[in-house]
Amino acid sequence: MDRLKTLLRRSETAVFVIVVLIMVLIGAINPAFWQADNLFNLLRANVIIGIMALSVLTVMISGGIDVSFPAFAAAAMYLTVLAMEATGYQGVVLPFIGATLIGLVCGLFNAVFISTFRMIPLIVTLGSASVVRGLLLGLVGTSIVNIDRMPPALIAFGRSSLDIGGAKLSAMVFVYLGLAVLVWLFLTRTMTGRSIFAYGDDAESAKRVGFNTRRTVYVAYGLAGALAGFAGLLHSSMIWLANPRDFVGYELDVIAAVVLGGASIFGGRGSVLGTVLGVFLLVLIKNSLIIMRIDNTWQGVVVGCVIVLATALTAWRDRKAAA
Amino acid sequence: MRGKDTMDKRLDLSRFISRDNNILQLLVITALIFALMSWLEPNKFLRYYNFESISFIFPELGIVAIAMMLAMLTGGIDLSVIGIANLAGILAGVFFTRIYPGDPSAGMAGEIARVAAGVMLALGVGLIAGTLNGLLIAKGRITPILATLGTGQMFTGLCMVLTGGPAIVGFPAYWGLIGNGKLFGIAVPLLLFLAVAVLIAVMLTKTPFGLNLFLIGTNPRAAVFAGLKTERMVLWSYMLSGTLAALAGIVLSGRTNAAKSDYGNSYLLQAVLICVLGGTNPAGGRGTVLGIAIAVIALMLLASGFQMMRFSNHLIDFIWGGFLLLVMVLNAFRNRE
Repeated sequence: MDRLKTLLRRSETAVFVIVVLIMVLIGAINPAFWQADNLFNLLRANVIIGIMALSVLTVMISGGIDVSFPAFAAAAMYLTVLAMEATGYQGVVLPFIGATLIGLVCGLFNAVFISTFRMIPLIVTLGSASVVRGLLLGLVGTSIVNIDRMPPALIAFGRSSLDIGGAKLSAMVFVYLGLAVLVWLFLTRTMTGRSIFAYGDDAESAKRVGFNTRRTVYVAYGLAGALAGFAGLLHSSMIWLANPRDFVGYELDVIAAVVLGGASIFGGRGSVLGTVLGVFLLVLIKNSLIIMRIDNTWQGVVVGCVIVLATALTAWRDRKAAA
Repeated sequence: MRGKDTMDKRLDLSRFISRDNNILQLLVITALIFALMSWLEPNKFLRYYNFESISFIFPELGIVAIAMMLAMLTGGIDLSVIGIANLAGILAGVFFTRIYPGDPSAGMAGEIARVAAGVMLALGVGLIAGTLNGLLIAKGRITPILATLGTGQMFTGLCMVLTGGPAIVGFPAYWGLIGNGKLFGIAVPLLLFLAVAVLIAVMLTKTPFGLNLFLIGTNPRAAVFAGLKTERMVLWSYMLSGTLAALAGIVLSGRTNAAKSDYGNSYLLQAVLICVLGGTNPAGGRGTVLGIAIAVIALMLLASGFQMMRFSNHLIDFIWGGFLLLVMVLNAFRNRE
């Protein structure tokens, strides 16, 4: 009975219930929603936002915020694709490692400023986003790598899928879920992962118990950058083109999803399961707008409302917990 | 009693010196930029035309930066300023083109009344938007970053809904005067900026409201215990910030004779940069209008120089970002000493 009570009180449960309710509602309006094709498409739309949300989740648990990951993702994607095109390389493992490393370096760049100079994460990441995007567009180039120039190996990888009952489920969904499990294991089962929670909850206490908090900040932002870089290249392999102007405005969707998943911007709170559910809920809401034939110019308003509502609810929850 | 008095005075003095140090440092930076640009591009930079065009372009950014500073004083931030500015301009555009189109027989008085109504509408939108931010932050206890990120997205989304994407054009001629006109040989936007700057400077330094904002920013908990009406003060500061953002939107749409949902997107970064460069502490409690005014001029001199040297906009974005990080690092070093 007690276990049931704690289960009911968890924010993941609330998000899950909302997801189910919305799905039942949409299914009632339009039974085509329940077709495997549509559901698999929905899952596919979760992949990129989901991996980026894991990145933002790590930073939020550490008590920070990150608006630079879209720029990092674009840089990792564009540079890797250009390098593949120039060398004619036909594998995928090495490019993904390369993109992840580019993201990692960018993330560590954030960490230097945040840890060494104790600067406010929002302002640091605003600046680093502008630096990376400006360099990418100003020095590397602005032209889009189209499908005819995209490395075939990358396209083949992004197309790989599983046949389930006649409908195709993109294999990328499993890449995303695999990453989610890895991040979950890292955050909850390793000392370094736990130190991110401790640091986000109370930096001073974390230091006093003996955590190397400097290292914690580097790990949190480095991991966030690496995930963003990986997501960037994966995105281009799924849509078969690489646009250096891509991902503009993604920070809003991703932050909205993470906040929906119950993470607190004050740090120390947040879970991978909640984030995965939050991403699913956000994608579901945006998708259902299309199904309900609401003009897609309304999407921005809806995402804005979602951010405000979700933060209002978490603020209310935190205040009740503190009282 | 006497001991306390002298200590207070010394505290005042040291604060005054450190404040002036910051202003002095800014003036040196501005002079350096001026000298550098005059040396690199003497023929283009040192022309009256260049300074005149700067006097039309910088005020909108300066007003946005002051709006941002007001939020930063209490340790917050207003990420929705650009959204509010665009929404104000677009709503005025919708008002002029669809709701109350010009009547050729109305004459000059009628036209002025129409523009005045548009101005009131735009400022009213800013006030409402700012009130929404303030209520969410002060009463709803939502952290300013997320609250204004969300509302900013809502406002930008509304801009998209109203325009469907393309810019709104066809503002009345008198509206254009706000952004392009001259009064006594001085750019109207510059006059507006000066008026706002003086007004806000007086308000921050001479009224209880201003003092309260600084106190809340320095130590919010102490401010509550000292009996300050924290909630109301924070609410007011965001209302003011929203109204100023709308004014910037009026000037912007007047200058360009158009209003668009993604106008001035890089203004957000620049506004934060100007605040930080101008000595505003993003953690709250410190900031001056004079600092903002000098910082915005320094930045505009730099920008016009770069444009003459044919730097691409992307590279200028890179420089703004790098400049922001650099200034923050310098501030961090100075605070450590």
